[in-house]
Amino acid sequence: MGIIKVIGMIKFENVTKYYNENVGLEHATIHIEKGDFVFLVGPSGAGKSTFIKLIMKEINADEGRIVVDGQDVTRLSSREIPKLRRKIGIVFQDFRLLPKKTVYENVAFALETVHRGKRVIRTRVPAALEMVGIGDKAKKYPDELSAGEQQRVAIARAIINNPSLLIADEPTGNLDPETAKGIMDLLLEINETGTTVVMVTHARDIVDKLQKRVIAIEAGHIVRDEYGDYGYRDYGGLESPQGSIFDEKFTRKAAPAAQHVQARLDGETKQTDSTEKAEDRA
Amino acid sequence: MRIGYSIKQALIQIWRNKGMAFAATLAITAMMLILGVFFVIIVNIDLFTEMLQSNYNEVELFLKDEVTPEEAETMIGTLETYGGVREAKFRTKEEAMDIMRQRWGENSYLLDSLGENPLPNSIVLSMDSMESANNLTEKVKALEGVEDIKYYKETVEKLGRVSNALRITSIAIIAFLLIVSIIIVSNTIKLTVMARAKEIEIMKYIGGTNWFIRGPFLVEGIILGTVASAVAALVTYLIYREVIVLVGRSFMTIMGSPLVPAEYMLNNLLIIFIALGVSIGACGSIISMRKFLNR
Repeated sequence: MGIIKVIGMIKFENVTKYYNENVGLEHATIHIEKGDFVFLVGPSGAGKSTFIKLIMKEINADEGRIVVDGQDVTRLSSREIPKLRRKIGIVFQDFRLLPKKTVYENVAFALETVHRGKRVIRTRVPAALEMVGIGDKAKKYPDELSAGEQQRVAIARAIINNPSLLIADEPTGNLDPETAKGIMDLLLEINETGTTVVMVTHARDIVDKLQKRVIAIEAGHIVRDEYGDYGYRDYGGLESPQGSIFDEKFTRKAAPAAQHVQARLDGETKQTDSTEKAEDRA
Repeated sequence: MRIGYSIKQALIQIWRNKGMAFAATLAITAMMLILGVFFVIIVNIDLFTEMLQSNYNEVELFLKDEVTPEEAETMIGTLETYGGVREAKFRTKEEAMDIMRQRWGENSYLLDSLGENPLPNSIVLSMDSMESANNLTEKVKALEGVEDIKYYKETVEKLGRVSNALRITSIAIIAFLLIVSIIIVSNTIKLTVMARAKEIEIMKYIGGTNWFIRGPFLVEGIILGTVASAVAALVTYLIYREVIVLVGRSFMTIMGSPLVPAEYMLNNLLIIFIALGVSIGACGSIISMRKFLNR
């Protein structure tokens, strides 16, 4: 990849955001290049959501400059926000599909929203569904699909407008490890087509396995930014760390075995804690 | 805003939330029916006061016996130059007697016993308003040859006050009802907006413009408003038609003024109500979406 010119996708320069007295983000400087795959980790309430909301211009920064795909977000008028968001695809933990629309309609909806014609919809939607691996589910309603399939629909919707940036906010948070692995493979595949991917996650094993760039946020500050592991700290905070998705034996259905494997993976110190969590989930 | 897309989406929205759309339409229809009752009352009050005014904006100048018809004609010429005089007519004592006979109807034979006609010649002025009749009397009193003036001063003044009060009250009531209707529509649309809050949120994330997102809801509001107001107009018309059949005659006898015909009422109701329905629906949905789009 040495020949490819490195161009900025997301630039935060000394960005600060307060919520009344509380720190959202303080003097944050982050550069994410085009085509990168970045994990965003940190405890709940550390500022990960603030980071994403600032990129989407859901909220405005108090200080500093934010540039997304060459556009100065901090100077964008509210009329120009839709233009910015059309360059960004977003996927959530809870999928956010429309229950009264079919899979096809859910994806077509994203094209309609940006005024794409019928012909574009008719060709692109099936292609996108095929790409995420649910080409045969077009006529189903979301509640007829498994969680993993629903997340695939959400991903198809997020990438249908060919965004240059894909934000995934805990995309595997509601999925069992097996399914999560499939979703990760899909996100990597999308990343390989040149789309920058920023993924917020608490899944230690996913991060450790992929060895991508990891940005850790704590109390509104960037505390670590390097390629490698999830880190020595368990940023999962209150949320449960995922079981290892790369341990083929680990599935949600095999609950007792899962607890055992989970405990082993997390090490002695975490044992009691994660056993509780596994029970909570079960 | 894409018109075709918005209409299609609005219809789908209504169809998918039939129950809610029906409840909303019913609520708006109920509001419009109350408005319709006031509308009917107001139109009739207007007609009634107009009728009364046209009866009471007459001023009759009784002439002294020595005034000749020729002199009366010159007086008419002078009177017609005064402001507010629509028409001035000479009425002989014989004509006056005929009118009296007509008014007395079956009892007019009593007038036969009078022998010589005791009524004076007069000039009848019809004025264009009660106010100008009021202003005129002072001037006319000074004219030579005028014996007396018959003019319904107190009645006219009272009527003027009453009709003004009625007009102001009715405007206030209509304004109040309109505000209440808009609030009701905005609240009902808010329900459908909230039912689709998720959809709106996703549209905002995907990059839908505010007008694109607003479009279907605007059309939905307009459709609900129009259907509700058309139904309300028709129901008001049907009820009003029955009311006319039941009390129309008695009303005419007691009040001396007819009720406004039902067909005329329907035309007005439809035009005004549909215009109101469209604007209520549009205002309501824009108000209800404001909060959702400010993100």
